[in-house]
Amino acid sequence: MSSNVNFYDPGADSALEELEEGTGAARTGLGRNGTSRRAFIKGIIAAGATVSAGFMLHGLAGCTREVPVRGAVERLISLNVNGTVRRVDVLPQETLAMTLRYKLGLTGTKLGCDRSECGACTVLLDDVTTYACSTLTHTVRKSQITTIEGLQAANGDLHPVQQAFIDELGPQCGFCTPGQIMSTIALLKSSPRPTREEAQMALSGNLCRCGAYDHYLNSVMRAAGEA
Amino acid sequence: MAKDMMSGFALYQPTDLKNALSLITKFGSDGWILAGGYDSLDWFKDRIKRPKAVIDLSGITGLRDVRETNNGIEIGALTTLTEIHQNSLIKQKFNLLSEAAGKVASPQIRNYGTIGGNVCQDTRCWYYRYGLDCYRAGGNTCYADTPQGLNREHCLFNADRCVAVSPSDTAPALIALEAEMIVVNQTGEQAIAAEDFFIGPGIDIERMTVLKPGDVLTTIRIPNTWAGAQFYFEKVADRNTWDFALVNIASAMKIKDNVIIEIRMACGGVECVPKRLTVVENVVRGNPRDEETAQLAANSASRGATPLNQNHFKIPLMENLVKRAIREA
Ligand SMILES: Cc1cc2nc3c(=O)[nH]c(=O)nc-3n(C[C@H](O)[C@H](O)[C@H](O)COP(=O)(O)OP(=O)(O)OC[C@H]3O[C@@H](n4cnc5c(N)ncnc54)[C@H](O)[C@@H]3O)c2cc1C
Ligand code: SF4
Ligand code: FES
Ligand code: FES
Repeated sequence: MSSNVNFYDPGADSALEELEEGTGAARTGLGRNGTSRRAFIKGIIAAGATVSAGFMLHGLAGCTREVPVRGAVERLISLNVNGTVRRVDVLPQETLAMTLRYKLGLTGTKLGCDRSECGACTVLLDDVTTYACSTLTHTVRKSQITTIEGLQAANGDLHPVQQAFIDELGPQCGFCTPGQIMSTIALLKSSPRPTREEAQMALSGNLCRCGAYDHYLNSVMRAAGEA
Repeated sequence: MAKDMMSGFALYQPTDLKNALSLITKFGSDGWILAGGYDSLDWFKDRIKRPKAVIDLSGITGLRDVRETNNGIEIGALTTLTEIHQNSLIKQKFNLLSEAAGKVASPQIRNYGTIGGNVCQDTRCWYYRYGLDCYRAGGNTCYADTPQGLNREHCLFNADRCVAVSPSDTAPALIALEAEMIVVNQTGEQAIAAEDFFIGPGIDIERMTVLKPGDVLTTIRIPNTWAGAQFYFEKVADRNTWDFALVNIASAMKIKDNVIIEIRMACGGVECVPKRLTVVENVVRGNPRDEETAQLAANSASRGATPLNQNHFKIPLMENLVKRAIREA
């Protein structure tokens, strides 16, 4: 695949469809040239091309109505994610978690419940936490979006909060960790020296199936320089 | 995952109320108003509601603030629950509302969920939410009010075919504070007492509020009547985060020389609308604030309750909350 694939190009679209729905190799998960579907998609993401809705709707073609009406939102938008402006093709009904994970390759934001009930998808919009699974991407065009990938320094050093979570053995399985860390970042921005009780409140919208809550609170307190 | 994929719609993001109203009017029952989306998106993901057009109000800045007026405060409907919880003016005058807003859902939901959305949200009856064709969904049966129905969370009072309850934590506070809801449509503006804003199944079984397609709640006005009164808010839920109130209580009292001069109280989770407890108010008004009055209030609170199979526990729960509201405010 060339690096300037634009999915608005009907040619590219049909190539993708062939890969997704086609017979033979695509069905087995291997595209032509033996590229796996996952690698193919990641390759496109890495190439920085505008990413289309095509593959997201794979298998659901008949279920989705396109209702183009004058004055409604355009699909091609710019998002400010982790300090970089990225062009992306977003359906009106697409959630931010979907865009981040499946269009922009930012899979650090997890999808647990997809129903605002777990916190795995917690991201920051202008330093305020929200559930990316329950936020329409089009409603955050004007926000600075921060995901777990945006925390580490340019030289690869972990953010002090990430380091504190490691030092205190915060995570158990780790699935909820990105969300817990994003809630901690927001807390420490608004209240750099929180009490343990304040930390508890701040992380109360993040479920941990492993029950590592106390370890997480230890991590928050360490990050706040209080451990 | 297919169930999590929303049906397509056109999304509109008007930046002023005039445009929003014309879109909302144009699409009528095919349109859907979106504020924070924390109730709406669940409906869309489950594909139970499939609007053709979604009108996002979050870009209308004039609807998102708290202002002091000559005789009270005005809260824009798009103000977030976190903003209401933290707002110093609200805390100083009407801390009851601040507390109630702080008890909703979870921090992330409060950060983007709005007060307008919180009072307009639909009921949580799971049969209905699951997409069954019950009375509320236009059918002719109720799945909760049956011998096998799971109705632990359902109502105690004034059921009329539907036994669902009002889910909002802020609604009882707004009723206790005598708030007014400003509803606007293309023909004009109307101020509706919070108490009349919520409607039961006897009036319309498919709606929770007076709002009809084309109507927008723009503002909530709270008069100074109860500013600085003695407030009590408590919510009892299975978990402190996420879970809806089994029962919640909001009360405002004016006490002089230990006598209750004036009182207003409302209770959520026991009726399809937030229940104004006028009986309690009448029983305690003019009495000293003491254990005996609190007990009298509690006894009168649940008068007329008709519990379902699994929600008898709500009667003592409600009584105890009323007692505490009198005793501990
Ligand atoms: C997991 C979870 C837990 C929750 N727990 C609680 C809880 O404990 N207590 C509680 O009170 N709530 C709870 N909620 C509900 C949540 O608080 C409300 O959904 C939220 O406040 C709604 O605000 P919103 O702006 O996100 O609403 P939206 O989803 O944007 O709107 C909700 C409804 O109101 C309508 N609407 C919104 N604004 C207006 C307006 N200005 N004029 C006319 N119509 C309007 C919309 O059309 C829609 O029908 C919970 C929700 C979830 C998902
Ligand atoms: S309680 Fe109301 S919403 Fe629930 S099943 Fe019965 S009619 Fe439907
Ligand atoms: S995935 Fe968003 S809250 Fe669970
Ligand atoms: S560490 Fe496993 S879910 Fe939290």
